[in-house]
Amino acid sequence: MKITLFIPCFVNTCFPKAGIGMVEVFERLGHTVDYREEIVCCGQPAFNSGYWDEARPVAARALKQLEDAEVVVSASGSCGAMLKVFYPQLFEGRPEESAARSLAARCFEFSDFLVNQLRVTDVGARFPAKVTFHDGCHGLRELGVKSQPRQLLEKVAGLELVEMKEAESCCGFGGTFAAKFPMISTAMGEVKCASAVETGADFIVSNDSSCLMQIQGLLDRQGRALRTLHLAEVLASR
Amino acid sequence: MSAPVKQFREDATRVAADEEHRRNISTALGKYYVARARQVGIYQNWQGARQAAAEIKWEAVNHLDRHLAEFAEKLEARGGKVHWANNSAEAREAILAICREKKARCIVKSKAMTGEEIHLNAALEKEGYEIAESDLGEYIVQLRREAPYHFVFPAMHLTRGEIKELFDREVGDVPSDTPEDLTMVARRVMRRKYCEADIGISGANFAIAETGMISITENEGNARLTTAIPRVHIAVMGIEKVLPRLEDLALFLPLLGTSGAGQALTGYNSMIGGPRQPGECDGPEEFHVVLIDNHRTRLLADPEQRDALHCIRCGACLNVCPIFKNIGGHSYGTTYQGPIGSVITPHLRGLQDWKHLSGASSLCGACTQICPVKIDIHHHLLHNRRNAAKQKPLWWEKLAFRISGALFQRPEFFAFLTRLGRLAQKLHPLVKGSVLDPARAWTNTRELPEIAPRSFNDYWREHQSKHQ
Repeated sequence: MKITLFIPCFVNTCFPKAGIGMVEVFERLGHTVDYREEIVCCGQPAFNSGYWDEARPVAARALKQLEDAEVVVSASGSCGAMLKVFYPQLFEGRPEESAARSLAARCFEFSDFLVNQLRVTDVGARFPAKVTFHDGCHGLRELGVKSQPRQLLEKVAGLELVEMKEAESCCGFGGTFAAKFPMISTAMGEVKCASAVETGADFIVSNDSSCLMQIQGLLDRQGRALRTLHLAEVLASR
Repeated sequence: MSAPVKQFREDATRVAADEEHRRNISTALGKYYVARARQVGIYQNWQGARQAAAEIKWEAVNHLDRHLAEFAEKLEARGGKVHWANNSAEAREAILAICREKKARCIVKSKAMTGEEIHLNAALEKEGYEIAESDLGEYIVQLRREAPYHFVFPAMHLTRGEIKELFDREVGDVPSDTPEDLTMVARRVMRRKYCEADIGISGANFAIAETGMISITENEGNARLTTAIPRVHIAVMGIEKVLPRLEDLALFLPLLGTSGAGQALTGYNSMIGGPRQPGECDGPEEFHVVLIDNHRTRLLADPEQRDALHCIRCGACLNVCPIFKNIGGHSYGTTYQGPIGSVITPHLRGLQDWKHLSGASSLCGACTQICPVKIDIHHHLLHNRRNAAKQKPLWWEKLAFRISGALFQRPEFFAFLTRLGRLAQKLHPLVKGSVLDPARAWTNTRELPEIAPRSFNDYWREHQSKHQ
């Protein structure tokens, strides 16, 4: 299958390893990977701030670039939800609506795509460490991704998965929210970090680099040894 | 900055950093999560129950005109009196008129959030009436002269020790800080108030159109005494509380008990259909129901957010909200706190003054997931943001999204900026944490991620050339 990756702007610039991990996993499974460098952003920051008119040209560009893709797999549950759930709303009643609905049907979050489309749970990974999984809210509640990453992690050789208290609780990132209300965002992140630290895990794994940026940023400030990793990085390890 | 947003920012900033508050709320809610989960597990089909409740509420709200008329007609046929109030002032005036006519002095009141909404206590006190809150939590916050912290658990922010101290100061003779002793102190005071009161004021959890009854749910029995002992009973409620049929309560009472406090059913569920009837030996001589619009019809007129009128005020969305848990109920500055409050307050009190509450959310969706009547809460926060920006955009925000939007149309320019960013990041330590730091909203409490020396785009180009 020819799989087109959707790599969000901040993953491209700050967390390329997540994208590289996806390429490695898909190629290992015998698929062809495609990528459109011309897409910069999905338009979520403007959209979530309420500026839908400003979000539309950004989203339209991504829509156009992904028009002929067989399937689109997102490195982030949040940007994946933007493409799959919110584009059809953003373009409702506009000429791009049918393209948005078509993309929605072809677009998947990484772990969901592996488990429910490719029907793979064992990708031949080996990662001897204790990890805890953080559910990114958009992946969890907009896209229904809950068991998929856990099914994948269970098949990773040497990996021990421990659940943290209130794993489904938000890390407090929330896009522009993190900058507009930093005090609330930080408090939420501190609660999340404390739950993760309590598990005694070596790594916090998530399918969303945006949550991990928030969590790692706080852990670094607190001087904790706990590290964050994208699910794709774990699955790419051998 | 408008006054509500200024107050919100100050209070939220203070409480979010208060780790003791965080621990207390987390402990209180930890018990709720366990109890609620146990009750939800008893349902054969919880999701089916939510769906059924949402459909009944949809029917009720979309035919509100008919159901309200039927409710009023049935209630008045048994001697009750319905007062229609367009706004807070009309509601207060209706109640004050009854108090004046009855030459009342003392009033006892059970929990009614609509009472808070219309600032009823202040209006009554101003005219010289003595008003006693009979719900334990409400009594506590009344003694503290503060607003309820949570619309179901008004005093959940206080520890037993703090309540004992308060009672020692205000009431006296408090043997210990056990819940039993504290409850007995309040009970001692309240029992006297019920007998002294000329008028009892209550809220209502549901109004049944078919029978013209109101339904009150409580755990302390105080609402039963408040509505039964005084000569006059006045119930205050929002127009959205109506349910079409009596049998609908068979679903809504357990749903409210489960979602509100993790109970199969709340301790006391009373149905009141009128004043004392001929031949009956007790009950009030008069029964008044004040139906309040207060801009609920604005929500009704909005097909996108109309489902917010489904709300049964169970408080479940507050209990799971990570924002609420970290900033506390008082920071909102609203009658209805938490996610549902952030959705409806802009409709009830003005979008531009209250839009910040919709902004102060990570849109995590825990509220929508738990809502027993399936209100699309977190998406409505997004809709409020959109409506606010459309109505009155912030010029700098609009400009920033215009510029970044144009930038995103030029990938080569974005790549150039990424390179520039790497350089800027090397210089960042010079200003980090200072007022000159452009990223200080982030860096005050968190480290910034490093811009990778090699972006994914760089990797991809290399990867492509290797494979060709």
